Amino acid sequence: MIAFVIRRMAQGVIVMLVVGFIAFSLFNFVGDPVSLMLPPEATQADRQAMRENLGLDKPFYVQFATFASNAVQGNFGISLRLGRPVSTLLVERLPATLELAFVAATLALVVGIPLGVYTGLNRNSWLSRVFLTVSLIGVSLPTFLIGIFLILIFAVWLGWLPSFGRGDTVMVGGWSTGFLTGSGLKALILPSITLGLFQLTLIMRLVRSEMLEVLRTDYIKFARARGLTNRAVNFGHALRNTLVPVITITGLQLGAIIAFAIITETVFQWPGMGLLFIQAVQFADIPVMAAYLCLIGFIFVVINLVVDMLYYFVDPRLRIDTGAAGGH
Amino acid sequence: MSQAPSPLLEVRHLRVEFNTRRGTLVAIDDVSFAIAPGEVLGVVGESGAGKSITGTAIIGLLEPPGRIAAGEIRLEGERIDNLPAEAMRKIRGRRIGAIFQDPLTSLNPLYTVGRQITETIQTHLPMNAAEARARAVDLLKEVGIPAAERRIDHYPHQFSGGMRQRVVIALALCANPRLIIADEPTTALDVSIQAQIIQLLKRLGREHGTAVMLVTHDMGVIAETADRVAVMYAGRLAEIGPVQEVIHNPQHPYTAGLMGSIPAIGQEVERLPQIEGSMPRLDAIPKGCAFNPRCPKVFDRCREERPDLLPAGATRAACWLHAGKAVDADERR
Repeated sequence: MIAFVIRRMAQGVIVMLVVGFIAFSLFNFVGDPVSLMLPPEATQADRQAMRENLGLDKPFYVQFATFASNAVQGNFGISLRLGRPVSTLLVERLPATLELAFVAATLALVVGIPLGVYTGLNRNSWLSRVFLTVSLIGVSLPTFLIGIFLILIFAVWLGWLPSFGRGDTVMVGGWSTGFLTGSGLKALILPSITLGLFQLTLIMRLVRSEMLEVLRTDYIKFARARGLTNRAVNFGHALRNTLVPVITITGLQLGAIIAFAIITETVFQWPGMGLLFIQAVQFADIPVMAAYLCLIGFIFVVINLVVDMLYYFVDPRLRIDTGAAGGH
Repeated sequence: MSQAPSPLLEVRHLRVEFNTRRGTLVAIDDVSFAIAPGEVLGVVGESGAGKSITGTAIIGLLEPPGRIAAGEIRLEGERIDNLPAEAMRKIRGRRIGAIFQDPLTSLNPLYTVGRQITETIQTHLPMNAAEARARAVDLLKEVGIPAAERRIDHYPHQFSGGMRQRVVIALALCANPRLIIADEPTTALDVSIQAQIIQLLKRLGREHGTAVMLVTHDMGVIAETADRVAVMYAGRLAEIGPVQEVIHNPQHPYTAGLMGSIPAIGQEVERLPQIEGSMPRLDAIPKGCAFNPRCPKVFDRCREERPDLLPAGATRAACWLHAGKAVDADERR
C-alpha cells in the first residue's frame, strides 16, 4: 500500500512537471514579454537591461528551473492586469470555486446515485422512463443554456433566488465561506444546479447501467436464492459492487467540475477562479493563466491519488494478498 | 409407486412459459415428480432440456418473461408456487437451499465469506452476531475447510474453486433446509475435486436428512449419488425411476441412447454410439412425442399423440412402446 502510494506520487510529480512546462511555455508563445511590458519608445539598452533583470537572457532550462522552483513555493509572479501577486489572487478566489464545486458534486452524488439505483431496479416502470428521458436533456443541453434558463425562471420570473454573485460571505480563518449566511446559501443554489446537472445525469446513468450489469451476476442470483431481503441484495450486495466505476468517474468529474466551472462562473458572475481565468485570457494575463493551469493540474493529480486509494477500501481483491489461496 | 406417503416436494403438471416477441415458448411442459424426505433425485438431460429452469421455478426465482403458466409446486404439502414474494423469500435459504454451477462467481467478491454466511444465518434464524459467527465456523468445518476460524475472515478470491464450492455448500446449509437444489454443482470444477464435492453433498444430505435435487448432465455423478433419476428432454420428462433401473434397464429410447453413449471402461468400441440429430429448439418442438424425429423405434402414433408417463418395467417412461400397460391402467380407472 505504501509502495503503491509512493509510486503514484512519483507519477504525480512527473505529471506536474509536464503541466508546469506547458504553463511555462505560454510565456514564450504569446510573444516577447519585454516588448509587452516596456513602452514602445524604450531603447535597445532598456530592453537588454530588462531582459537581464528578468533572467530572460538565460537558456530556457534555467528559466524553467527558476519558474518551477518559484511555482513550488507558490510564487507565480504578478498579474499583468491587476498588478497583484497571482498566488494571492488565486487564494482569494479558490474558496468560491471549491464551495461551488463541492455543492455541485454533492448534489450530483446525493441525487444521482439513488436515481440510478431506482432506474436500475425498476427498469420498466414509467417513472424510470421519465427520469431517463429528462436525464437525456440534462446531458445534451449546454451548461450556459441551463444556467440562463434557471436565471430566467427563478431569478427573473419568480424572483426567489439571486441571479449573480456569491451573496454575503464570512471569513473563517482566511477562507471566505458562503455556507454561513442565508444569502450565501441562496446564491449557491442556481450555480450548483447548473454545474452539477450534467454530472448528476452522468452518475445516474452510470449507476443504472452498472446496477443492471451487477444484478445479472451469479452472486446476486445466489444472494436471492439464500433468501436475503431485497434491501440486503440491492443495497448491500449490488450497489457496493457498482462503486468502483462510480468512484472513478466521480473523481474525474470532480476535477472537471472544478476546472470547467469557468462557464458557470461566467454565467453567474461567480467570483471564483474560473471567472479570474476568463478575464485573464481576455487580457493575455499570462502569469494568471499559467498559475491556473498548474493549480488545476495539481487538483487532478490529488483527486486521482485519492481515487486510487479509495479502490483499496472498496475492493478487497486489490489489497495485497496476505492469505494466498489455499487448499485445492 | 414406492414413494414415501408424504413427499417433501411435489411438482404437479408444471408448465413454464416464456412470452417473447415471437410468441410463447414452452420451456417446461407438464412435468410432474416428487422428492421424498432425505432422497437424492438426479435430474439429467442435455443443455436446454429444462433442468435448471425446473430448479429455478421451484425456488421461485424465474426471471421475467419466464413464468409458471400451469401446475403446482408443493413443499411439505403446502403450495408454494403462488406465494407472495416475501413469503417465498423466507422459504428460500430456510427450507430450500440452492447451490449453483460456478463457485467462482457465486460469492460476492467484496465481502468475507464469514460475512456472507452470518448474514444468511441471521436472515433466517434468531441468532445474535456472536452465535451466528460460531455457527458459521462450525459450518465451514463441516464442509471441510481447514483452519475455519481463520479462513472465515478471508475473501472469496483467497479460496480455490473447490474450496469456494464448499463455502457455497455451507451457505446453502446455513439454516438447515429440508431440500437442496444443486444445479450442476461440479461442472465448473476439476475432475479430481468433483468427486470430493459429490461425496460431501452426499454425506451432508445423509447426516442432515436433507433431500437433494441434483441437476446435472453427468451420468457418472448421478449413478454415484442419486436414489432416483429423472431424465428430461425438450422440457418434458422422458423417464423417471430408481437410478439402477434407469441406467441398466432404460425404458425410453432416449434414455437408452443417453446410456449407450457413455463409454464403459474395459470395453473397446470403434466409435461411441450417439443419438442422431439434436434436441429441438423450444419454438420447434414436433407434434406428438418430442423425441420422435430422432427415435430409432418411432411409429405412427409417436408422430401424432404425445405420450404421458406410462409404467414401464420398474420405471415410468413417456413412450408409446409401453402403451399396452397404459390401456390397462385406463380400463382400471
